[in-house]
This record gives sequence, C-alpha cells and structure tokens, in this order.
Amino acid sequence: MKQIPASLLTLTAGILITLVSLWVGQHHGLLPEQASEAAVLVDQLFNVMVMIATALFLVVIGAILLFCFRYRRAPGDEDDGIPIEGNLPLEAFWTAIPAILIIGLGVYSVQVFQEMGGFDPGSIHVGHSMIGGAVSHAMPSHEMHAVPQGSVAMMAQAPDDGAIATDATADLLADLPEGTEPPATPVPRYGFGANAAEEGHTPDLVVNVTGMQYAWLFNYPNSGIMTGELHIPVGKDIQLNISAQDVIHSFWVPQFRLKQDALPGQSSGLRFVATKVGTYPVVCAELCGSYHGGMRTQVVVHTPEEFDEWLQQNAVAQQQNPSQTVAVNPAELSDRDYLSPYAQEMGVSDQVLSQVLAQVRSRS
Amino acid sequence: MTQAQVPLDDAALVADHDHAQVHKAWKWYHYFGYNIDHKVIGIQYLVTAFVFYLIGGLMAVGMRMELATPDPDFVDPSLYNALLTNHGTIMIFLWIVPAAIGGFGNYLVPLMIGARDMAFPNLNAIAFWLNPPAGLLLLGSFFFGGAQAGWTSYPPLSEITAPVAQSMWIMAIVLVGTSSIMGAVNFIVTIIMMRVPSLTWDKLPLFCWAILATSALALVSTPVLAAGLILLLFDINFGTSFFKPDAGGNIIIYQHLFWFYSHPAVYLMILPIFGIMSEIIPVYARKPIFGYKAIAYSSLAICLVGLFVWVHHMFTSGTPPWMRLFFTISTLIVAVPTGVKIFSWVATLWGGKIRFTTAMLFAVGLLGMFVLGGLSGITLGAAPFDIHVHDTYYIVAHFHYVLFGGSVFGLYAAIYHWFPKMTGRMMNERLGQVHFLMTFIGANLTFLPMHSLGTHGMPRRVAMYDPQFTALNQLCTFGAFMLAASLIPFIINAVWSWTRGPKASDNPWNALTLEWTTASPPIIENWEVLPVVTHGPYEYGMTEEALAVE
Ligand code: HEM
Ligand SMILES: [Cu+2]
Ligand SMILES: [Cu+2]
Repeated sequence: MKQIPASLLTLTAGILITLVSLWVGQHHGLLPEQASEAAVLVDQLFNVMVMIATALFLVVIGAILLFCFRYRRAPGDEDDGIPIEGNLPLEAFWTAIPAILIIGLGVYSVQVFQEMGGFDPGSIHVGHSMIGGAVSHAMPSHEMHAVPQGSVAMMAQAPDDGAIATDATADLLADLPEGTEPPATPVPRYGFGANAAEEGHTPDLVVNVTGMQYAWLFNYPNSGIMTGELHIPVGKDIQLNISAQDVIHSFWVPQFRLKQDALPGQSSGLRFVATKVGTYPVVCAELCGSYHGGMRTQVVVHTPEEFDEWLQQNAVAQQQNPSQTVAVNPAELSDRDYLSPYAQEMGVSDQVLSQVLAQVRSRS
Repeated sequence: MTQAQVPLDDAALVADHDHAQVHKAWKWYHYFGYNIDHKVIGIQYLVTAFVFYLIGGLMAVGMRMELATPDPDFVDPSLYNALLTNHGTIMIFLWIVPAAIGGFGNYLVPLMIGARDMAFPNLNAIAFWLNPPAGLLLLGSFFFGGAQAGWTSYPPLSEITAPVAQSMWIMAIVLVGTSSIMGAVNFIVTIIMMRVPSLTWDKLPLFCWAILATSALALVSTPVLAAGLILLLFDINFGTSFFKPDAGGNIIIYQHLFWFYSHPAVYLMILPIFGIMSEIIPVYARKPIFGYKAIAYSSLAICLVGLFVWVHHMFTSGTPPWMRLFFTISTLIVAVPTGVKIFSWVATLWGGKIRFTTAMLFAVGLLGMFVLGGLSGITLGAAPFDIHVHDTYYIVAHFHYVLFGGSVFGLYAAIYHWFPKMTGRMMNERLGQVHFLMTFIGANLTFLPMHSLGTHGMPRRVAMYDPQFTALNQLCTFGAFMLAASLIPFIINAVWSWTRGPKASDNPWNALTLEWTTASPPIIENWEVLPVVTHGPYEYGMTEEALAVE
C-alpha cells in the first residue's frame, strides 16, 4: 500500500467501476425481446440508467464496506472517532453531481417520450374526415394502405355514440345483444400518439380494444372483425383505441414496452409500430378482480401478406356465416371454459361477458 | 456527560429519592389500559404495531405460498386479493407508520427535548386507541369477503366487489388517518413549545427534526385521503356517483386524491426512519453526524418536493402528457435531497471507531438495501421506462426494498438501540446477529428476483402467473420462509431479554442525546430534575475541554 500513491488507487478503482458499469448497462439481462419501435428507445434509456445506477451502487456500497472494514473498532479501544462535523465543498459536490445526473436523465426521458409519440396522443385526429360509405373495407387489402377515411371516420365518433358509420360494421354490430355496446371509438386523450415521423398521417390500421372482466376484445372497425386475440401486421403504423366496460384494466405487451390503462368512461390509446414477426403475450396489468391474473391473451404480429390473408379469412367468415357456431379460436374457448365456473362470483359482468364471448365465438 | 442539574420547584421529590423511585414506575398492567404517559403510549403503539406486523407477515407468507406454483391452488383468487389488500394496508397503516411515528416518536420526542410529556397527553392516548378498532375492522372484513381492491382501492373495482368489507376497510383507514392527524398536531406543538429552554434549534436531535417534518406532511396530506375515501364510501353505500363512470363520475379524480396523500405517505414512513438512522449511526461510529444542517434541511426539502410527485403513480392512467413530464422531473428531483442524506451517513462512517452492535448492523444493512431501492426508484421516475414496468413485480421489488429494507431494518435497529432505555435490560447480541443475518439474506432472496420477474412480464397482484416465471417465484417464496423464520430468534430475544436480560445502565451505549440522561427505564415524568443542555447531540470525539468551552 505504502508505495502506491492514493491517487493511483482511486484512478484504478474509477476505471474499473466505469468498465464494470458499462458492461452491466449492456448485459443486465433484465429486458425481454424488443418487438416494437418504442422498445428500442425505452431500452436505451433503461440501459443508460442501469449503467449510472451500477456506478453509483458500486461507489456507495464500496465506500460503506470499505469504511466498515477500515474503521471498525479495535478490541479494547474505547476512544471516539475523528470529530468532523461537515465539509462544505464535499457536501456541495455530492449535491451537485446527482443534480446534474438527474437533470441529464430528465432531459433524456423527455426526448424519449417525444420520440415515442407521447406528446399528442390525439394527433391522429389530424386529417380529412369523410364519414360513412366505406363498404370497401370488407376488402381487407385496403385496410392498411390507401383508405384512411374509414379510420378517420371511426375516430370522429362521439364517445357515447353507439352507431358506427361503416355499413358493414354496423350490420355486424347490429346483432350484438343488449347491454354490449359496441366499442366506441373516440379520439384518445391519453396514451401514446403518432411520433414525429407519423405526425399528421392517419394510421395504417385501427383496432378498438375493449377490456372486460377477464378478457380482451379486439374489434377491427373497418372490417367488422371481432376477436379475442390481437392480429397486426409487422412494420405498420397501428392505432389501438382502448376502452373498458366494467372496471379499469391495463393493456400491456411487455415486448413492446407499452402499457396503457383501459378506463371505463374515458378513452385512451396506443400508437406503435411492431418490428418483429412473432407471438407475444398481452397482459392485463391493473387489478381488475379475482381473475385478474388470468386475463391474458396474445398479440400475433404477421408479415403484411399473412395479415391480409388473416383479415380476408376472418372478414369473410364473419360476414357470410354470422350464425356459425364453430369456435376457431381456442383463446376464447379457454377463456369461456375458464371463466364459467366463476360465473356466480362475477355478478354483473358475467352476463355481459358470456354474451360477448358467445358472439365472438359465433363469428370467429 | 456534562449535564448541570437544576432543582425542581418540588423539592420533596428530590429529597425523598428512593420513595419517589418506587412511586415513579409503572406496573405491567398499566400498559394494558388507558394511560396518558407518552412512554406507556409509545410502548403500546410499538407492541400493537408489532402484533400487526406478525399478522401482515403471515398474510405475506400466505401469498408467497400461493405463488409457489403458477396455478391458483393454495388459496382462492379472491381470498388472495383479500390477503394482498390487507397485507399492504396493515403493513403501511398499522405497522410502519404507528411503529415509527406513534411508537418511537411518542417514546423519544419528549425525552429528547427534555419535556415531561407530550403537549396534549389525552389527545395522545385517544390517538393510540383509534388503532386497535381499525385493526379489528380490517381483520373482521374477512368475514364479509375481505376488501379485494388492493391498498389503493381504485374505483370502480372497489365499488363493485365486497361492499361491506370495502366499507369496513374505508372506516379503518379513516380511523388511522384521524389518529395520525391527532398525533401530528401533538408532535408539532410539543417540539415547538416544550423544549427545555437550553435546547436550541441547532441542537435539536435529527430524529425530532424528522418527526417535525413528518407531522407537517401528515397534516397537509391526510385530510385529502380522508376526503377521497369518504366520497368512495358514499358511492358504495348511499348511491352517489362521484367515481361511477356510467353515472357521470370520474375515476381519475379518485386516483389524484388517493395519491396526493399516499405518495407523501411514503415519506411519512421513511422520514422517521431517516431520523432513527441519524441518531444511531453517530453513536456507534463514535463520530458527530456529518452535515447536521444538510440532513435537517433535506428532510424539509423532501417534504416540500414530496407533495408534488404523486402523479408518477398514474403515468399509465388518465394522465395528459404535460403531467407525465412535469412529474417525471419533480420525481427525479426528490432523489437529490435523499442522496444528500445517504452520502452524509456514509461520510459519518469515515474515520469512525465503528462498534458493530446489532443496532448498527441493521443500520448498515438498511443503507445497503436503501441504496438499491433508491436507484430502482430513479429508473421508475423516468416516465418512458415506468410505463413498461408500472403495476409489475419490478414495482413490488422496488417498494419492498424501500419499505422492508428501508423501514423494517430501521425499526429493528431502533428496537435494538432503545430497548435498554425502554425496558431497563439489554438484548442478547448473539441472537441479534442471527436475526440480522437471516433478515438480510431472506429479504434479498425474497425481493431481488422480483425485479427480473417484473421487467420480463409478470404483472403484480396476481394469484396465477405464466409458468415461465415459476423458478424465480419459488426463490422468492423460499426467501419469504427465511424471513418468517428470522422472527423466531428476534421474538425469543425480545421476550427473554425483557423479562430476564442483564440489567442496563442509564447510558449503555455512551450516547449524547437527552433520553440517555435519565434512568433506564425512565421514571414517570422522565426526570427528577430537568436537564440543561450544554452541548449538541452528536459531539462525539470532542474533548471535555472543548465541550466545556462551549
Ligand atoms: C415480511 C415480508 C414480506 C413479504 C414476504 C411480502 C410479500 C408481498 C407480496 C407477495 C405482495 C403481493 C404482491 C402482489 O401480488 O402484487 C406484497 C404486497 C405489498 N406489500 Fe409486502 N411483503 C413483506 C413485507 C412488507 C412490508 C414490511 C411492507 C411495508 C410497508 C409491505 C408492503 C406491501 C404493500 C404496500 C404491498 C402492495 C399491496 C397492494 O398491491 O395492494 N410488505 N408483499
Ligand atoms: Cu383486467
Ligand atoms: Cu386485470
């Protein structure tokens, strides 16, 4: 120890801590797969925070351990320690350093937030509204390309206006049983909207998402499809309009790093681009009753071609055989089976739920 | 200890010393009834809180057993939610807050400022006696299905499940809220008005500063919670629709009212513990606390900023973008005064002669846990990341590091430190070390894996989960068993030491604050002769001459 100057030791420790922190920031293994554009941004922010946190952790814990070891009382030593009460420069230093780090992180967070489209969730509103007359939506391939009118029309609906403008959808929804309001599609006020690149454009695909005890229901307003699991094309600009029937739920896809509460009586939304083909879990993150933990489904990210196919199949199936009772989607089946024993317990919502599920099954 | 003795008016008391001693101690049965002595009330608070800690802990073990497997097989899911709700509620409202503020606050504040009692002894006793009925209401609610909407009880869920139990839950919280308002008024008046004249503000022990800050915060925020809950009670029972979306109500308003109290409530829990840390570390490091002023002022700063961060609990809810940003920034700012405290404690260790008593072990353990909890807290302050992990096990991990690591460790440290003062007997150090090791290892095993569970996709408040999370959950459950087992050495130690432990001297740790200048346990009315303060509370290592000069 004697030969090595203290400054050299500090320098070495500093370099080691920096290297370890840099490494941990990249290899903490805490995040699942990235499957959306937002995920990339969020993960970068998190990695930076983990890096800073690791450095702080090592410095502070290191100091604690070092001091505990170095300054432990020798047996029989009843003296007191060195009476230092304070040190203004030192105190100013450790107020300033965290303050600077915090300001930096704050600015960075704001920037990520902006890039994710957090500033104006309602920005989808921009565009020309052309209500009605969009029967062509039954042709699924138009869904994501040149036909923005339909979605704009959907967006323009007043929140409590049950009637839907598109004829096809209106037809389909007409035979929804009483008490199951078709998901309204108001302009979302909360959540994430278009990011800078997509600002002013209408999204490629709009899906209305309804949470209810204990299932998610997905409605494709332009083609009238209703399903219990979400299907979307990869690389497209997707808008989810989220609402809830009974209590608060929360729509979360961990691989997308996106979450938004589904609020009864208020509209919220998420706009995002999925970047990776695959199947990911959709999780309800807000306590919504006994079977909150069972409120799970999945989002299937297709290639655009596959998605067109899926749309076509389902749209045709749902229009031509409205009374068909074959359940092709096991997700609903299991939901229903899963929930039926608890019908009693769920009270009010049970009726609604079983009606809706029956409806979904008959269509899908 | 250089302490001048000033004769009381009541000269007889001083003359007939032995006689006075006999008459100036409470008998055991005095602790079981209405009593207005702040020391009796303090111990009543502590013991009651500890009983609730055991009950709340039992509920936690129940939950962890359920979570040992992915399926809801150990308890029924609605019972799981009832356990979850009552665990959270009991731990916060009937353990940490009553133990730290009610228990140690009541016991120590008058002793530390040289007062004979609190300013309003009867108010004090009433405030305590509101707690047991609150606990009974919570436990009784299990006969009506148990409140199931979580300790946050967001409507509309809280309005449609188990209405009787939910109403009982609300009444319980309103009772403890009332109790804490009463206590807050009492502490503020006591600390401002009842200090011995020689105890100037710059010599006020940091624990008293912390209690002062806490009380001010409680006074501002608690009524808001009460208002929110009473509106909820009306919605459930009397047909109003403040929070019913289908009848024109707004569910988001409840969340604002709730978090306006409940975020500051986090500081209500942690500030007194910060105060305890500032008392304990200097004694065992044998050094003056580093940065007395910085610590005192940072408590006040935390209070002030703490009132403006509540929306960080609502980033994924009905929160407009500007709020997400404003509250990201304000949340991150709280980290600065908190960091100042941590650095000050660490600096206090530097150059000390550290005695590793059990109290000091818990204090250092707290530092370690709290650093991690604080760092994960910073990541949560950043809205874009919080949106990913909100309502997941990452949150559960974070707040248990802060609340278990931060508060429970601090309370244990306080118990080991002040036990000799309260009971007149020493605790067993060997058992204490075993207790510490089991607690430290158990807590990390239980709560560390939860970070990873949360970021990978496990939501909180679930009785069933995706099988991919099984292994880590089993590790958590194992840790929880270890935590439960850690109570065995502690309880044996406490009970045995209280009844047969070796007798303690008046000042076994050689500490400098005023409570150590009276007998162990202190007599009724605390002192024969009120002490005169001649030096600050932390002047360790300063020579007798230096002290005398002052
Ligand atoms: C004794 C060891 C403890 C264990 C094993 C434990 C375990 C748990 C578990 C498993 C949950 C449920 C998580 C979920 O399902 O979302 C939970 C929730 C909670 N715990 Fe603990 N806990 C312990 C101690 C504490 C302490 C000391 C506090 C102090 C304040 C505390 C406060 C809470 C709160 C506030 C909740 C949230 C309740 C809610 O979501 O409504 N816990 N704990
Ligand atoms: Cu849900
Ligand atoms: Cu849920």
